[in-house]
Amino acid sequence: MVLLAIDWILLLEKLVLIVVIVSLSLVVAMYETYFERKIAAFIQDRLGPDRAGPFGILQPLADGGKLFFKEEIIPNTSNKLLFILGPCLAMLTAMMTSAVIPWGSALDIKGRVVGLQIADINIGILYVFGVVSLGVYGVMIGGWASNNKFSLLAALRGASQMISYELAMGLSLIALLMLTGSLSLKSIVEEQVNSGVWNVVYQPLGFLIFIVCAFAECNRTPFDLAEAENELNFGYHQEYSSMKLGFYLFAEYINMFISSAIMATLFFGGYDIPFFNEAAHVATWGPNLVALLGTLALFMKIFFFIFVFMWVRWTIPRFRYDQLMNLGWKSLIPLALVNMVVTGGLVLLKQNHWHF
Amino acid sequence: MNALTNRVKAVDRKPMTPVERLYLWNIFKGMLITFRHIFKRKATIRYPEQKRPFSPVFRGLQVLNRDEQGRERCTACGLCAVACPAEAITMEGAERKPGEEHLYREEKYAAKYEINMLRCIFCGLCEEACPKDAIYLSETFAPANMQRQTFIYGKPDLLIPDPVTEPELYKKAVGERGKS
Repeated sequence: MVLLAIDWILLLEKLVLIVVIVSLSLVVAMYETYFERKIAAFIQDRLGPDRAGPFGILQPLADGGKLFFKEEIIPNTSNKLLFILGPCLAMLTAMMTSAVIPWGSALDIKGRVVGLQIADINIGILYVFGVVSLGVYGVMIGGWASNNKFSLLAALRGASQMISYELAMGLSLIALLMLTGSLSLKSIVEEQVNSGVWNVVYQPLGFLIFIVCAFAECNRTPFDLAEAENELNFGYHQEYSSMKLGFYLFAEYINMFISSAIMATLFFGGYDIPFFNEAAHVATWGPNLVALLGTLALFMKIFFFIFVFMWVRWTIPRFRYDQLMNLGWKSLIPLALVNMVVTGGLVLLKQNHWHF
Repeated sequence: MNALTNRVKAVDRKPMTPVERLYLWNIFKGMLITFRHIFKRKATIRYPEQKRPFSPVFRGLQVLNRDEQGRERCTACGLCAVACPAEAITMEGAERKPGEEHLYREEKYAAKYEINMLRCIFCGLCEEACPKDAIYLSETFAPANMQRQTFIYGKPDLLIPDPVTEPELYKKAVGERGKS
């Protein structure tokens, strides 16, 4: 009698998928650092790194190598366990979110349908929110364990900022979820693919609130109060050196990648190729090609959002702390609430057979 | 108070309207400006390949000059050391022996000539003080080093290459605007 029938091929398939996605997000994060420097330079009329390899494309490797070879310092007065736990948590939570994002429709490998999503759980969005909230602990624990006034201050700022903006983010998403009627990211994307209309058309305000909150969640300018160099020296990772610092910086870039992916998935149709009927082409081109093209489309969208992240970073100065809180509590949350109520009303009217 | 120019703008301290408080429109305008800068000509000079031309009055490291037959011009008169406001120059004179006429132009020469480049302020007064055109400031500047001692330049560091035996090096050392 077989008590536990394990589908070994499924296990293998998921394992391969996990390895691919994790290494992909690491590579993307690596090159984000390069493009961040490049775009910053271009916006400031400079050239940026261009010495390591052609156009400086080996620069991330050089940066990473430098971080690896730096001396690993753990301050004497720090809490050693928490000090090490901080960057681990930051990195872990950054990577975990990628599990529920549908990276493409499905590949057909010798009759076996391989979904390009690590786990299609029916509470996908909720899971994302849970993991993103855990991300606060990376900042908090790092700042606390450093036993440094500046780090602690930065950690407190970061935590309160993330908590404030998570509210508006969640509220803006509730409107979207009322429209789609599902929490699973896969079905949200499928709906957009089938109807051909992206959610951003129905929810422009919701998207705007979401993108602003995403900036805040990623601790990016204009909301980078947790690592304000001129106010707090270096913020919560001031005492960190070597690869622990690298993990913090890396986690930020992975967060950026993942939140871009979530924005593309929720509001911009995920792996939907604009003005292209997937269902019609599956028959002629085969499902694999269409799925890969869809993945490519998703990555184009993600890279566009990453560019917007950087573009905004090098345009806008940092908010003052009271401005940040005012924007979050007095502007974004009321707006999100109004958006939610209006969307809810319209959804109700539509269910009662009103036509508009 | 009267304005000095017609470009004066009064500071507007009205409270922000709700639209302004969302910052969106202003942020969008700012982003357009930065986007335009992506395509602008870059101001960077790729240093080792591209070099910025020196100003015609640039004053770099000192060079001890030779005449066209390759003989040292310096007579160790000490006027440069006297003129030097930073007291960076020291020298010791010596008498030219018979048979050294191809090395030194006059009967007296500098046996030791040192400039402390950490003291030197590159004012060029030594060049102005020299009656023999023996010292002038070139187009190079002091390279970085780890030891202070290496910044005391002696005669081997300062002397220009011999125009007779090493004409190419001499030409390079003279630069584009050196006196020869």
